[in-house]
Amino acid sequence: MATTIRTVSLLPAFPILTQLLFLLPIAAGLFGVLLPALGYLPDLGGNQFHFEIFSQLLEHPALPHAVWLTLFSGIIATILSLSLAVLLAAMLSRESLTGNKKNKKTSLFAIIRRGLIPLIAVPHAAMALGLAFLVAPSGWIVRWLSFLFMGWETPPEWVTVQDPFGLSLIFGLVLKETPYLLLMILAALQQIRAQEYIRIGQSLGYGNSLSWLKLVLPQVYPLIRLPVFAVLAFSLSVVDVALILGPTTPPTLSVLILRWIDDPDLSFRFLASAGAVLLLLLTLGSLIFWRFSEWLIFQKCRNWLSNGKRGNVNEVHNLAALSGSLLLGTAFLSLLGLAFWSLSLRWPYPLVLPQRWTSRNWERHWSSLQETAFTTLEVGVITGIIALFLVVGCLENEQWRSVRFSLRSQWMLYLPLLIPQATFLLGIQILAVRMEMDGTFLLLVWSHLLFVLPYIFLTLADPWRNLDARFPKIGQCLGASPLRILFHIKLPLLLKPLLVAAAIGFAVSVAQYLPTLFAGGGRFATLTTEAVSYAAGADRRVIGVYGFLQALFPWIALLLALAIPRWRFRNRAALL
Amino acid sequence: MNNIFNFNSATESGAMSKTLNFFIITIFFLLLGSFSVYGNSWEDISKKAKGQTVYWNAWGGSEEINAYISWVGSRVKEDHGVTLKHVKLASTADAVSRVLAEKAAGRSSNGSVDLIWINGENFAKMKENGLLFGPFTENLPNFKLVDFSGKPTTLIDFHMPVEGYEAPWGMAKFNFVFDSARVSETPKSIPELLQWSKRHPGRFTYPHVTDFLGSTFLMQALIELTENPEVLNSSVKSKAAFSKVTAPLWNYLNQLHPLLWRSGKSFPASSSVQQQMLNDSELDIALSFNPSDTSAAIANGSLPESARTFVLKKGTIGNTHFVAIPFNSGSSEGAIVVANFLMSPEAQMQKQNPDIWGDSTVLSIAKLSAQDQQKFKALPLGVATLPPEKLGPTQSNPHPDWKNQLDAEWQRRYGQ
Repeated sequence: MATTIRTVSLLPAFPILTQLLFLLPIAAGLFGVLLPALGYLPDLGGNQFHFEIFSQLLEHPALPHAVWLTLFSGIIATILSLSLAVLLAAMLSRESLTGNKKNKKTSLFAIIRRGLIPLIAVPHAAMALGLAFLVAPSGWIVRWLSFLFMGWETPPEWVTVQDPFGLSLIFGLVLKETPYLLLMILAALQQIRAQEYIRIGQSLGYGNSLSWLKLVLPQVYPLIRLPVFAVLAFSLSVVDVALILGPTTPPTLSVLILRWIDDPDLSFRFLASAGAVLLLLLTLGSLIFWRFSEWLIFQKCRNWLSNGKRGNVNEVHNLAALSGSLLLGTAFLSLLGLAFWSLSLRWPYPLVLPQRWTSRNWERHWSSLQETAFTTLEVGVITGIIALFLVVGCLENEQWRSVRFSLRSQWMLYLPLLIPQATFLLGIQILAVRMEMDGTFLLLVWSHLLFVLPYIFLTLADPWRNLDARFPKIGQCLGASPLRILFHIKLPLLLKPLLVAAAIGFAVSVAQYLPTLFAGGGRFATLTTEAVSYAAGADRRVIGVYGFLQALFPWIALLLALAIPRWRFRNRAALL
Repeated sequence: MNNIFNFNSATESGAMSKTLNFFIITIFFLLLGSFSVYGNSWEDISKKAKGQTVYWNAWGGSEEINAYISWVGSRVKEDHGVTLKHVKLASTADAVSRVLAEKAAGRSSNGSVDLIWINGENFAKMKENGLLFGPFTENLPNFKLVDFSGKPTTLIDFHMPVEGYEAPWGMAKFNFVFDSARVSETPKSIPELLQWSKRHPGRFTYPHVTDFLGSTFLMQALIELTENPEVLNSSVKSKAAFSKVTAPLWNYLNQLHPLLWRSGKSFPASSSVQQQMLNDSELDIALSFNPSDTSAAIANGSLPESARTFVLKKGTIGNTHFVAIPFNSGSSEGAIVVANFLMSPEAQMQKQNPDIWGDSTVLSIAKLSAQDQQKFKALPLGVATLPPEKLGPTQSNPHPDWKNQLDAEWQRRYGQ
């Protein structure tokens, strides 16, 4: 009993420690954005607070269109990703329900799931570049069309990549966000025992899809709300994908901000900061709008949910099969195209395969690879472990002390995901230099933690909170200490979400470019810093090499996260 | 001490140093400098440099350039015991940001950037904001070999006097790239480019003005189209003057844009992307800022064998790119040693070879030893590179004021 009290009394330290770790850099980051936006940055001659920069921003000719484009592409991409993920999840749970492996469409969904989930590991930029090559007017699809039917000598004048409405940008985002949301939904389904609900629905005469929509979805959605918010915020502020696939005249707001930061005229940093504040407001506004729409839709659908009308919506099945295959096919071809590029010396239009093959692109980078790969692994693993430790501590604190991690502190956790990185990090950098910490491994891990921890929290919180409380209760009744309950009951039961969260955290760490550059002071080269600097050269051959390598580690991590529980629970089918 | 610290270049450039401020800053640096490495001879500098690690922040988008930089690293390690680390950047602004953050935080020593690949506006802004260390080039053994008279942009970078705050590294000159398999006649002037585009709509474009090559195209067109290009050498006098001088340019662009790739409604994000579009046959004519670039690109497979280059009859804009040392570098001696090595005949020769990089030398060949002269002459020119006598006259960049206002006006007219 004494040990129980001692352990439990230590638990409040976790949320406090986590908040402290976040408070300092976030405050520094926010000040680093807000002060220059209000005209204060003494090193560039800004000594007074004023609102002129905001009026300058609002008068900027490119702004209205950029704002419209940002909101349009971000919100539409989120709606599409969510709808597709829901659709696919519905089909998948139906598959596992019927358990009929010989059914053709059923196995198609299994393939879609197996193929889509690992895409989470593929870096956004690599996917975007692969997609750009696939759909460009001189791209792979056109080359095949030309080769098979049309015989175009020069590429057709189609407007595909970088189209003015940002449709290719939306497509690129959907390609990456659907797998993430699908994984989140599948994890959530396990918590609410969806299959039993569907069985009940069926026994009451509802069709498969309808019982999913009416019974399961209303329960699943609250569990995935935060991941959806993260996707929305990410889609609104994404830079790399928008640079590759988005329009240029004007670009999205985030790209506009990046241009101002990159402007040799340092006074543009004031404008960039004001732009970042605006982007933050837009993001918050969109989140509120989204939340309100949710509520509205729920109000409107309430009657429909409980009207008792039976039936089935079979068209949905075909739609899901079609869109799922399209998504997977596009992603697969995008990556295959990049893989071919990495093995090519020359691949001119209109050839459908490289003219000259080579292993040179790979050989060249092999020697420098060991060091960068090791740094990437080291930072990712250490950050992941620290983040898991803190998140599990916070969640345990919640449960043992029956206090919910307050809404305010949760928002703080997600702030790093909501604020545009480039300006946010400038403030952090100044703080780091003052603390004489820049360029140290510790700061590097800390800066990654800001982005890794929220994702791990996002992935792990709901499975943890929804674990059947009776299990730990039984443990307690049998006299087990909190630590024993944690290690012998909770962790094994939650092994899968735990490992998936760790893998996602690791993938997030691997993908960090700006934090690595800013906090690492250029002292640490990771696969991503190499990849992004090579992406500036737009050479698909090198990008192919680094895109593959960048995806490889997270992919292995994710495979392990999915395979270990399978092996561990090979004799416990209900846990799978 | 004072014989080493030679500051005559500042007095030569009276035009730029009108304001008292400027003198205060230079005197400040003079004082600062006299307490640091300037008291030391080249021997002292190289002695101090031994064992230092130099973090060189340089654009890392090209495998060829990266390979060259790592070769430099192995050579300075061998000769001077300096460890060179290439911090690969996607944008020079990232390094400028870092130095700025360090200044804001009050760190005046042991900064994280030791050497930075820079020119033009980034240099001007860093120099103006006191973010650079120097002057440091005056006493470097290899600095004397630079071709100051033939290549005046080694001393004046975008109308900003260099004054020893950056060491010249390579030469650039605006030129056009085309695919000779598809293009038989090439335009010889900016107006002819419009005529050509009328005959081949959709087959030419220029990078977005946020890329330096895009804004260089604007300036190139302006120099040729405006009545009196002389005015471009000083700052913009008034709004009215700007509209008057640039009116022919906007008139030209209004005619040109509908004939561009995607009717001028979208522009390639960078010069690298534009080169790829030429390779993908989406364009017939593209732009480049390095006359040997095309040969190098053919050699590494990123442009077709049939790619060639051309320049304009009246000449094209040329400039120099440099390396500079931030004010708070903790390894400034090591950085100086690297900068000196970069200007050595050995390093410049290696760099000019199109099979390695193909970046023109800043040195005066006449100042070199007979043996080095021979070696330079023996360098391959590259299949698509024009020989020096066919490269045409070199025009200087307009005053940066023009560039900024041109970019802004372009954004207002076409960027939304």
